[in-house]
Amino acid sequence: MLAHPDFITAFRQGLFNGTLPPGLTVPAPDEAERRFAVYRNNVAHSLGRALAARFPVIERLVGPEFFAAMARVYLGGDLPASPLLFQWGDGFAGFLQGFPPVAGLPYLPDVARLEFARGRAWHAADHPPAPPEALAAAAAQADTARLALHPSVALLASDFAVVSIWQANQPDALPAPIDATQTETALILRDRRDAVRVLALPPGDAAFARALQSGAPLLIAAESAAHAAPRHDPARLLLCLMQAGALITPDTGEPR
Amino acid sequence: MRPSLPPAPGLGFKPEHFETIRDLRPDLGFFEVHAENYMGAGGPAHRQLAALRADYALSLHGVGLSIGGARLDRDHLARLRALIDRYHPESFSEHLAWSSHGTDYLNDLLPLPYTPETLTLVCDHVDEAQEALGCRLLLENPSTYVLFAQSTIPEPEFLAEIARRTGCGLLLDVNNVFVSCTNHRMDPRAYLAAFPLAVVGEIHLGGHAEEALPSGPLLIDAHGSPVADPVWALFAEVIARTGPLPSLIEWDNDVPPFRDLLAEARRAAAVLRQDREVRLACAS
Repeated sequence: MLAHPDFITAFRQGLFNGTLPPGLTVPAPDEAERRFAVYRNNVAHSLGRALAARFPVIERLVGPEFFAAMARVYLGGDLPASPLLFQWGDGFAGFLQGFPPVAGLPYLPDVARLEFARGRAWHAADHPPAPPEALAAAAAQADTARLALHPSVALLASDFAVVSIWQANQPDALPAPIDATQTETALILRDRRDAVRVLALPPGDAAFARALQSGAPLLIAAESAAHAAPRHDPARLLLCLMQAGALITPDTGEPR
Repeated sequence: MRPSLPPAPGLGFKPEHFETIRDLRPDLGFFEVHAENYMGAGGPAHRQLAALRADYALSLHGVGLSIGGARLDRDHLARLRALIDRYHPESFSEHLAWSSHGTDYLNDLLPLPYTPETLTLVCDHVDEAQEALGCRLLLENPSTYVLFAQSTIPEPEFLAEIARRTGCGLLLDVNNVFVSCTNHRMDPRAYLAAFPLAVVGEIHLGGHAEEALPSGPLLIDAHGSPVADPVWALFAEVIARTGPLPSLIEWDNDVPPFRDLLAEARRAAAVLRQDREVRLACAS
């Protein structure tokens, strides 16, 4: 008789490699395969659905049947590392990059990165937004003042029109022509009303947001934005971030 | 932890029903949530749970502790403890099953043989969990599709012995009893006769799917349909013996509109009420 850890190992192997664990007893011997298949299906189906819930646009782009089959391949190499399924899938973009059947859709990995960032934004830590006067105060001391981005904010620079592709594949989207090879930078954030939003940033805004994210003072951020896009004015982006509650006072580590 | 769940119907909480529940304020004993869905750092999930918790008793139901596995995940115990300390649920429950192998999480409640060795192991895990969580837990009987030649202890006795050794309570899933007993060609009433009803702290009721095998039906615990009539009948028989208990309707897949869940909860309420009336009539 197997010790319990060995039993678990044998059962788990059977879930993925087509063998049956030893010692199954069933009412009719030829039913062992069908009955054990319930567990195989539960694992593959439930994880496949969890992956689809995480990556609905990828599922839409490749179709549900293809997605389900692809999820089974993905599962073979990247099972969740904990019961926290909402953390699972950070390897999916890399998997898509190396999965030959989707080589014809080279934008898929970045769409997956965008969808993963949306999930993270949903579960990200809460943080009170900077008060409105913080923006004015920061602007008055732009050379040293810093503003930080809310924990839900993510930036994704893509060689493809990742935001346009994502938007065009929302359930209520109207059909529109997309040049998939147009580069886009996505800004993902959870706003004050708990909506997770996806915005396309023009190059100046993208450089500005990236500088803020790396902790640069406003003046340095504005300089790097101007470098990316001459005569760039960060006011519009700052206002948008402020309204969304995505600007926060940097945590200095000192008691406030 | 707060005292205990009220002996009334409860529903599994689905985020898509949050607004309806807030507007309707339905008369329910409690809501139950899967603990693992509330382990993110922040965000709307926590705001919803805090709002729900303010109005209702709360049952925290774990699906990922893998109590029947080779060892417990201490990090996961710490996450559960943090949730319990934050929301003070009236009840915490988990399963007699395993779901993790090493660090791989398989997202299903997988079966184990019932032997003196696994009994000791599961009891150690329940002790460890109750110690780490600072509360008594309820352990749920599983739906199973295969049995194991190495098993020497029937499931109800196995659960009774865990409860006796560790002081934990049990969560009796009546649908799981019906599913497992049908699948293994056993009598669910004999199973329930052997089940230690005195330590049951909560009932689960859910729907199952059915496939046909040459030897008879194979039922699958799918939680995607109304509770089946034979399960309602078994539930009424259990309640006739135990008196009213906190009774949850589980519907996790193909989730219907909230009113359909409420209709199921009302049906459970009628069974609980009927029993109370019968008892009152007998007492007078």
